[in-house]
Amino acid sequence: MAAHTESHNPALLHHFATEEQQRNSASFGMWIFLATEVMFFGGLFCAYLIYRRWYFGDFAAASTSINAKLGGANTAVLICSSLTVVLAIWAAQTSRRALLIGMLILTMLFGLTFLGIKGIEYADKFHEHHVPGASFSFDHEEIPGNPGHYANPNHAQIFFALYFIMTGLHALHMVIGLGIFTWLLWAAWKGRFTPEYHTPLEIGGLYWHFVDIVWIYLFPLLYLIDRHT
Amino acid sequence: MATGNIPPVEREDYLNKHYGVGSWLFTTDHKRIALLYLISITFFFFIGGFFALLIRLELLTPASDLVQADTYNKFFTQHGMVMVFFFLIPSIPATLGNFLVPMMIGAKDLAFPKINLLSWYLYIIGGIMMLHCMVTGGVDTGWTFYTPFSTAFTNTKIVEAGLAIFIAGFSSILTGLNFVVTIHRMRAPGMTWTRLPLFIWAHYATSIIQILGTPVVAITIVLVAAERALHLGIFDPKLGGDPLLFQHLFWFYSHPAVYIMILPSMGVVSEIISCFSRKRIFGYSFVALSSISIAVFGFLVWAHHMFVAGMSVYAALIFSLLSYSVAVPSAVKVFNWTATLYKGSIHYDAPMLYAFGFLGLFTIGGLTGLFLAALGIDVHVTDTYFVVAHFHYIMVGGALMGYLGGMHFWWPKISGRLYPEGWARLAALIVFIGFNLTFFPQFILGYLGMPRRYADYSHMPEFQILNVFSTAGATVLGVGYLLPMVYFLWSMRYGKPASDNPWNAAGLEWQTQSPPTTFNFPEEPVVTWEAYNYDEIDKGQKEVPQVVG
Amino acid sequence: MFDNFPLWPDRASSMAGKVDALYIFLIIVSGMMTLLIFTAVVYFAARYRYRKGVPAEQIEGSTPLELTWTVIPMGVFMVIFIWSAVVYFKMRTPPRDATEVYVVAKQWMWKLEHAEGQREINELHVPVDRDVKLIMTSQDVIHSFYVPAFRMKQDVLPGRYTVAWFRATKPGTYHLFCAEYCGTQHSGMIGSIVVMEPAQFEAWMSGGSGGPLSATGEKIFAELGCATCHRADTQGRGPNLQGVFGKPVQLEDGRMITADENYVRESILDPGSKIVKGFKPVMPTFQGLVSEEQVNALVAYVKSVSQSGAATGKSAAATEPEGVSGKAQGSKVQ
Repeated sequence: MAAHTESHNPALLHHFATEEQQRNSASFGMWIFLATEVMFFGGLFCAYLIYRRWYFGDFAAASTSINAKLGGANTAVLICSSLTVVLAIWAAQTSRRALLIGMLILTMLFGLTFLGIKGIEYADKFHEHHVPGASFSFDHEEIPGNPGHYANPNHAQIFFALYFIMTGLHALHMVIGLGIFTWLLWAAWKGRFTPEYHTPLEIGGLYWHFVDIVWIYLFPLLYLIDRHT
Repeated sequence: MATGNIPPVEREDYLNKHYGVGSWLFTTDHKRIALLYLISITFFFFIGGFFALLIRLELLTPASDLVQADTYNKFFTQHGMVMVFFFLIPSIPATLGNFLVPMMIGAKDLAFPKINLLSWYLYIIGGIMMLHCMVTGGVDTGWTFYTPFSTAFTNTKIVEAGLAIFIAGFSSILTGLNFVVTIHRMRAPGMTWTRLPLFIWAHYATSIIQILGTPVVAITIVLVAAERALHLGIFDPKLGGDPLLFQHLFWFYSHPAVYIMILPSMGVVSEIISCFSRKRIFGYSFVALSSISIAVFGFLVWAHHMFVAGMSVYAALIFSLLSYSVAVPSAVKVFNWTATLYKGSIHYDAPMLYAFGFLGLFTIGGLTGLFLAALGIDVHVTDTYFVVAHFHYIMVGGALMGYLGGMHFWWPKISGRLYPEGWARLAALIVFIGFNLTFFPQFILGYLGMPRRYADYSHMPEFQILNVFSTAGATVLGVGYLLPMVYFLWSMRYGKPASDNPWNAAGLEWQTQSPPTTFNFPEEPVVTWEAYNYDEIDKGQKEVPQVVG
Repeated sequence: MFDNFPLWPDRASSMAGKVDALYIFLIIVSGMMTLLIFTAVVYFAARYRYRKGVPAEQIEGSTPLELTWTVIPMGVFMVIFIWSAVVYFKMRTPPRDATEVYVVAKQWMWKLEHAEGQREINELHVPVDRDVKLIMTSQDVIHSFYVPAFRMKQDVLPGRYTVAWFRATKPGTYHLFCAEYCGTQHSGMIGSIVVMEPAQFEAWMSGGSGGPLSATGEKIFAELGCATCHRADTQGRGPNLQGVFGKPVQLEDGRMITADENYVRESILDPGSKIVKGFKPVMPTFQGLVSEEQVNALVAYVKSVSQSGAATGKSAAATEPEGVSGKAQGSKVQ
């Protein structure tokens, strides 16, 4: 049984030899977890890219019907939220408690804004009967750049199925992120983070940036098909 | 060879440190978590084995007279799902891996002990869900749940089974994540990459596959569940979807998954063969590199499960070519293990008997993989019992033999007791005989043309005699598996107490107590010797390499 | 071999011998390798068993040996790969002028229709020494058409055609199995291939049919009003189908594709997906309005007007188009 021959930071866990080892391990662990997330979303992206190639016209028609302005606004919101995360970490590194807490709150507000805008989009789709399932309809929608040529509703339904699953999964990750940041906010309030120890902020930040990056891929792929026509 | 003669002094170890259910259910000690896993996966092994028994009983006679076809279809589906997701995938990594990885590298625990416990709970939740699914109706799609049958043509509990597997998949991912970070960051001073036991290399490679592959089957399950619930068209041709897309997504994980199942076992075999030949594994770096190659190449061959599925000829050619390249590192390992025996000093204890069994059966299983990779032959034998025989040779003749060998080898370390050697050798022999009798006839049945997943073969009575041999073998095999269950349990109470290193084996895990203390090492070890330094050990130069504190 | 203890299936097709030769080669190679490993392991285990006072000799390894036993297996594997690829290529390339049989698989039976019109359920009569090409689709889930005696297997998919071929070389009756799990009666979805001498086959054929499949197709073509747009001249709203089958077709998006069975099928069931250059996307879909057998008949008909050149698309009653033009009717979920 290891005797406590020297005192150490209470945050150092027993099975680690040094704080640096603990910090590196936490960071490495989060990067690996993000790799699993890449593969998770990757399967969806793969299915999406295949169907988009096969049914380009139908997908373009379906894409036109989702609101690129709202999607674009969400993109801006998320990018800003990543900035506030970075500022929060800087605040912890430089012992600026007020700024840290402020930036964490702002990040969460951006996250809630994102979800709110998403909610509006989903409501719109619901009212237009673009939600896949029994009440789906997509009749008589022209393919952009192809007057007189109408989209195949079955293929459009595939677009919307993938749209809802991809953005829905992303939104779920957002919600989890908000949960993580709630805990980070509480810990920051309690003064747990110092310039020497703010590992949870760093790995929470990594997770948040990842969720942001997934959206940056989703937005052009889903919202911007053939918009120039 | 095992030396068990020490006075039974009651030392503190990880088993007796705390008592009570709570101390087990809330433990973060990797060794206790390994035992929690051991109990759970053994339970699921018996569930899966029970289904196997029912399958073999039904196939004794040509007619579907034991159970109705629908029930039989659930038997083979659930046999597959339970064995693959709840036994084989976790087996060695979650039990032996969890127990040994930290000790082999000189660490006190894994990098993330709480996540380790979480992974066990996720496994249990998934397992309970699977059990519930099976007793409230079950699934009948085959463990491969191809679309559109699974999405639009069956009324069985696909979503629940899928969810159970999804959750168990997270367990697998977390184990892999833990191992990779641990192996990178928590090696003791002096434990360089080239001094690592091959068991560690094997688990490292396995973990890469778990991390990168499992999420893909997870999303596939999500898509199937969504399609069922909402009548989407992602895999339904009537709505513009493609059933082959499902197969590609499914096999992208499920092929690397078979390497998750075999690589750890190969790691165990390396440890056993070197200890019981008293020498270093021949070609250490080639064996280590082969493990990594198998993990990498394993991701490139998935569509060899789809040669007759309706893929283009050119895709088939590419995947066949790649499948041959993944066979090469496995062959290299078998040659290296065999060469290790040359000029060794070989002992025939039970672990070594299992390793010998592995060598023979894995060789046959691997060679029959060549048959399947051969396009011209695969057309005839795919979806027949030839494939069933091939993968059982690898999974049961290979992975399970390795698992049993490893359990015997490290049992003194895990429990502090010796198992009864005579019974163990007998059990190994029974398993070997029973196994071959069960599965060799199936190669012949497959080439004859007996398709898989057939409840009834009454129009082909000529298949019966080989099926009878197979069922007879399965009974023998069952006995062979029951024996270790009985004597391992017996040994926990009545077995001879084991010394700290009864096999005089190399490896840091043997420098700890038997059973080890909670934090494994009194002081952090500093490694100054190469792996498998049996010459030093046997010459008594360093009787057992001392821990330098 | 032994009647109730067979160890080898019948060899009854032109490919069976080729597959068996490759199989036997692999058995020999595997057998030799297994013997080598087994002998080595047993010999070493005995010869080098533990003896007191005789230590093990530490041998690090041998790079030349590693290279040897990496390169040689790779070489052997490449031989196997190339040989089996050649066999596979032959299996996947139906000969020209093969007799065609359309197969529709459904849970849990095989429905077959010869080009000449004979229909069979779970049985296929073929003459010996004739190339037979199977054009197959499924009504529901994935099945697989497997004849062990011919060493032939091909998955049968819903929503598209897959193709397989064989030439039977020995008269007899051979098992037909479904080899892709398809539900409750998967093991009941079996039948026979009956290979007959030519004379007997002719006799069987003349036992009556509903007329050639292409004639059935011609009737459907007329009944559904296809002829109103697909006329035999250049005036139609749709492309002239004479001579189209098997030739390259230019699509409006620039792609060039070959008009094969899958293209014809897709044009009937999902006409909006590929529009021929110079035509408008006005063809309605017939998904849900035609059965798989009817699609097969139409495909046979389209093939027939490419072979003879004399048959035209004119139907007995040229009906006026009633609202057929103008828009593609999106069909809802089945």
